Amino acid sequence: MLALTDITIHYEGRTILDNASLSVAPGEIVSLVGPSGSGKTTLLRVIAGLEQPSQGTVIIDNKLMTGIPTHKRDVGLVFQDNQLFPHLCVFDNIAYSLRIKRVSKALQIEKVNEMLSLIGMEDLARRDVGQLSGGEAKRIAVARALVADPFILLLDEPLTGLDAELHDRLLDDMGALLRARGTTVVHVTHDHNEATRLSDRVVDVRTLGQPRSQLQ
Amino acid sequence: MIMNQLAQSPYRRSARWLWIAPTVFLVLILVIPTAAIVLRGVTLEGFKAVLNNSAIRQALWFTTWQALASTALTLIVALPATFVLSRFAFTGNRALQSLITVPFLLPTVVVGAAFLAVLPSRMHYTAIALIIAHAYFNLTVVVRIVGARWEQLHPGIEQAASTLGASPITVFRTVTLPHLRGALATASGVIALFAFTSYGIVRTLGGPARATIETEIYTRSVLIGDMSGALALSVLQMIVLTALLWWWAKRHRDKSESAQISVAQRSPSTRGQVALVYGIALATAAVVFAPLSALLWRSLTQSTTVNTRFTLAGWRAVASSTTLSAISTSTLFAFCAMVIATVLGLMVALGVAYGSTKFVWLERISVLPLTVSAVTIGLGILITYDTAPYDFRSAWIITPLAHSLIALPLVVRIVLPVVRQIPRGLQSVASTLGATPLQTWLTIDRPLISRAIGASAALAFAVSIGEFGATSFLTRRGSETLPVTISRLLTRPGDTLRMQAYALCVIIVVISMIAIFLIDMFRPNRKVK
Repeated sequence: MLALTDITIHYEGRTILDNASLSVAPGEIVSLVGPSGSGKTTLLRVIAGLEQPSQGTVIIDNKLMTGIPTHKRDVGLVFQDNQLFPHLCVFDNIAYSLRIKRVSKALQIEKVNEMLSLIGMEDLARRDVGQLSGGEAKRIAVARALVADPFILLLDEPLTGLDAELHDRLLDDMGALLRARGTTVVHVTHDHNEATRLSDRVVDVRTLGQPRSQLQ
Repeated sequence: MIMNQLAQSPYRRSARWLWIAPTVFLVLILVIPTAAIVLRGVTLEGFKAVLNNSAIRQALWFTTWQALASTALTLIVALPATFVLSRFAFTGNRALQSLITVPFLLPTVVVGAAFLAVLPSRMHYTAIALIIAHAYFNLTVVVRIVGARWEQLHPGIEQAASTLGASPITVFRTVTLPHLRGALATASGVIALFAFTSYGIVRTLGGPARATIETEIYTRSVLIGDMSGALALSVLQMIVLTALLWWWAKRHRDKSESAQISVAQRSPSTRGQVALVYGIALATAAVVFAPLSALLWRSLTQSTTVNTRFTLAGWRAVASSTTLSAISTSTLFAFCAMVIATVLGLMVALGVAYGSTKFVWLERISVLPLTVSAVTIGLGILITYDTAPYDFRSAWIITPLAHSLIALPLVVRIVLPVVRQIPRGLQSVASTLGATPLQTWLTIDRPLISRAIGASAALAFAVSIGEFGATSFLTRRGSETLPVTISRLLTRPGDTLRMQAYALCVIIVVISMIAIFLIDMFRPNRKVK
């Protein structure tokens, strides 16, 4: 389970988040919606440990995350612009976290191939990431975040900037993939439609600062 | 946007300490020695003596007018090639551009020797020989700076002028020239600066009669022991150099450099154009090649009044113990300088890119070595570290340290932009995927900047192999470098010694060409998205 309690973030005298609290059950897919600048991406980065809150606590899998660096949090994050490693091929991008965790070569190959077939891109394993289309790059970014089975997957506006047809197809594919694996997900978007189609629960980030009873 | 400002690099904690080693190095090898020159050199008597000395006044005058003449000749020789290279697409365009870069990257002593080899002996040790060699050395400055601007001038603008009745000469005078004016001024400034501080070429090709400020500093401090005169001259040189560089920095600040698109080059279409383009290209290639091939020719031939005969005496002499030791000394020094400059330059780049914003000063002080001439660096080290308990003058490492100082700004210039180009998001992704900061550096950043590191290492190696200005002050018997040995051999009478010097030049040219090839191969071209 993921629990955020009373998260407050100040930046340059401005309050971006004020006493925000949220809990996500195992296997649940939650979408955070809200206009730009409302702090939804910041909240995602706080969960990942990429930002430190001025106050408040993050609990992942019953462990208090205060002072725990990003690389020890067991989260996967898919960035809006994918951030694929430009010097690595498709296979090596997906295998990255397995390699870091010193997983055996044989298991790396097995897991990456499994991911590649799940996203229907078996033929592109050795492709340079610079040659991928927008949709392909997005699938690789999701596969890379999922391959090591993180406790929680964070999606930061994952489908922004794709054309409508591709957006819908990827949304359905991604939903099916995440449900099949039972992944716990926090998904950030400004698109209500996308949020309701993908998730079990939609939360407006502006309501997170209210007393928790109102969120239930 | 807020996210980017909030985002912290995973290296920020480690980057906090990166400023220490480069700063200590710069203080010890640059700041203290330069301060020593200023403190000991700025005396009213010293300046009076310097300005009253007719030999020094002559050197000042000669330095100035040869710098201006060198600039003019460089422009005259380089502009036709610049025109052809920037306006026309033709087979060999890129090869010719690379070829023109070669003289600039050759050791100055070798350039001087090459002109001793190619010019008739009655022209040796004359002002004109010096000016020609400076023009040869600086060709690429015009081609790069003015060429880049010329490429941006749309041919349609010139065609519009023609349709309005302007003759080709009027088009050039009223349209082309005004467009190029800024670039021409910049290039002229750079060439004048190089010619003003030229040392290796003047020592080799100028002879005793053609003294510039730089060679006069050497003569006074090392040969005739007039240290106060040398120090006062050094200070004078620093003032001129600082003023020129200040002007240069101001010029560049005033002009916001907007990235403009280069206009597509066109192929020469008419028969006349083909003749013009290939004629100029071939002539330029010949000009670059001639002195280099003369080196090889002269290393293999002995001329008497009657005939010229082939001999391997020069090359056999290379195998003698003193020259072999010069080769191994130069290689050792270059290797040390390469390692020191690359490591320190990398520390500066990483400290500036990953550390807090207050590290900008580190970037600024790392370019300081560019504002001081190599001769001043050598002289400063010589007078600072010559008394106990700081008597490091005879320590061999002092020369490679001076070389690393000269190469450091170049390394920073190559590596820093590449480090800055790496999107911070990649580091964030790596850490969410479980990579520690060290693992992130090793698996993401290091591979992305390895080409830049390779290129800067090769450049530092090339700089050290050819360095002569600082080295001539620090060299010791038994640990002479190649340029010092070449310079010594060329001043001695005797055909074999001369052939031996030319043979050594050929060796340096080959080493430099390999370094240039490596720099080109490693040039950071992989765009980070």
